Amino acid sequence: MIHFDNVSKRYPGGHEALSNVSFHLPRGEMAYLTGHSGAGKSTLLKLVALIERPSRGNLVLDGVNLSNVSNSKVPYIRRNIGIIFQNHHLLYDRTVFDNVALPLVIAGFQHREIGKRVRAALDQVGLLKKEKADPITLSGGEQQRVGIARAIVHKPGLLLADEPTGNLDPELSKEIMELFARFNQVGVTVLIASHDLDLIKQMGNPVISLNNGLLTHNSLKQEAADATA
Amino acid sequence: MPRHDANQLAKSSPVQAWLINHLRTLISSLGTMTRQPASSLMTIAVIAIALALPSGLFVMLNNASHVSIGWDNSAQISVFLKPDISEKQANKLMQKLNLYEDIESVSLIHKDDALKEFMKISGFGDALESLGDNPLPHVLTIQPRVDSTRPDKVRYLLKQLNQLKQVELAQLDLQWVKRLFAMLEIAQKGIWVIASLLGIAVLLVVGNTIRLDIQNRRSEIEVTKLIGGTNAFIRRPFLYTGLWYGISGGLLAWLLTAISMALLDDSVAHLASLYNSGFQLRGLSLNETLGLIGFSCLLGLGGSWIAVGRHLSEIEPS
Repeated sequence: MIHFDNVSKRYPGGHEALSNVSFHLPRGEMAYLTGHSGAGKSTLLKLVALIERPSRGNLVLDGVNLSNVSNSKVPYIRRNIGIIFQNHHLLYDRTVFDNVALPLVIAGFQHREIGKRVRAALDQVGLLKKEKADPITLSGGEQQRVGIARAIVHKPGLLLADEPTGNLDPELSKEIMELFARFNQVGVTVLIASHDLDLIKQMGNPVISLNNGLLTHNSLKQEAADATA
Repeated sequence: MPRHDANQLAKSSPVQAWLINHLRTLISSLGTMTRQPASSLMTIAVIAIALALPSGLFVMLNNASHVSIGWDNSAQISVFLKPDISEKQANKLMQKLNLYEDIESVSLIHKDDALKEFMKISGFGDALESLGDNPLPHVLTIQPRVDSTRPDKVRYLLKQLNQLKQVELAQLDLQWVKRLFAMLEIAQKGIWVIASLLGIAVLLVVGNTIRLDIQNRRSEIEVTKLIGGTNAFIRRPFLYTGLWYGISGGLLAWLLTAISMALLDDSVAHLASLYNSGFQLRGLSLNETLGLIGFSCLLGLGGSWIAVGRHLSEIEPS
């Protein structure tokens, strides 16, 4: 699903956030991305989501080389990715329902279908009763779950999460991670950046570790990676 | 993958999705405007005033040219018949001319009457008497039909009259009409200059409003881009907002013009009655109203297009 091949990212100003990173995340896998802050976790996720472009190397997502994708194609690639942010990125001028419906509106779903899918997504994150609420009235954990509902409502093949439990207490964090595991069980590829090592150990998924932009540890099964290349 | 098939089935066809998206944006952009009624109304009022000014001037000018045509007596044609034309022949010609489409009325000044009047006015009575024979011809005075709105039509009539074999000379004092029309033309060009300047002002007002709107909705734009919204999708609500500003500004401009006309109407009717004229103020015609609103729509759309083109590409998720 995601194939990094000697990928480097150098920001204007000379700071190299990623250096020669290579790994392969197979379709249907769930993995964690760890490292101290500034290690390059966010940069790596931004490269996959086409928010940044690699400076060197090849990055292939679902068979598409992201280095050669024109700007006009970017939105269509992003529609197959669900992105979850630490600070939720919810829109506070509209209800929970309208926030979650946004990806479906963009993709041109019919009105009735939107209602059905939004409620299904809210049900999955346990917020069905909050559909008419304003996001600002929800707790941090609930807001994060609205963000997750928005990321999965259009059934993307890939979920990216950047520190999704950064602001949550351990119990809520575990709930959120288990939610991701459930999506993974129905076939969604999941990549989660997190520095919560205890929790990651509990979950037992493969781990990719970054340190100063270098890949220092990779417990993904490489033969599985080669098979789906 | 079954997942993708399910997505495809639930999605509308591309054309349908496009239409749904447009309709949805059209209505939701109106909703966004009504949620900030004060600032929206101010923008609309600025547009309306900027457009009402030139359209008011336009209406004034239109009325002025109608008034000038209404000044009946001034556009009279004097037709001097040949000296050998008898009174009977003159009467016959008068009847014939009465049937002309461009002629309102014809009257005959008999050469004897003309002589008498001339003797009375000029004081050359004795000298003229000694001539014995009346040197003056019969004269027909012709009132051209007043709804011929352009002087060239009168000129054509004059040419026709001059070609008649009984006619020695047909003449019209066109000079003042020409001068008036020249003045009206200058006024018209002036109005176009004012309208263009104010049109640019409307463009900038809408552009600036949309620019602020884009800045206020920065996070929404970022999130939409992250979720896979195309540039066209993100641009659309702003363009429709501009269009709504244009439509509402145009309608309000029309209303302002109509109210001003209604306020002036009584005074104008009073003035006209003092001149024994049945003149009435004319407002904007249907076509002119549609033109005004259409122009306003174009300005609204254009202004938002400029703002969107300049500022939307600056916002990228990071």
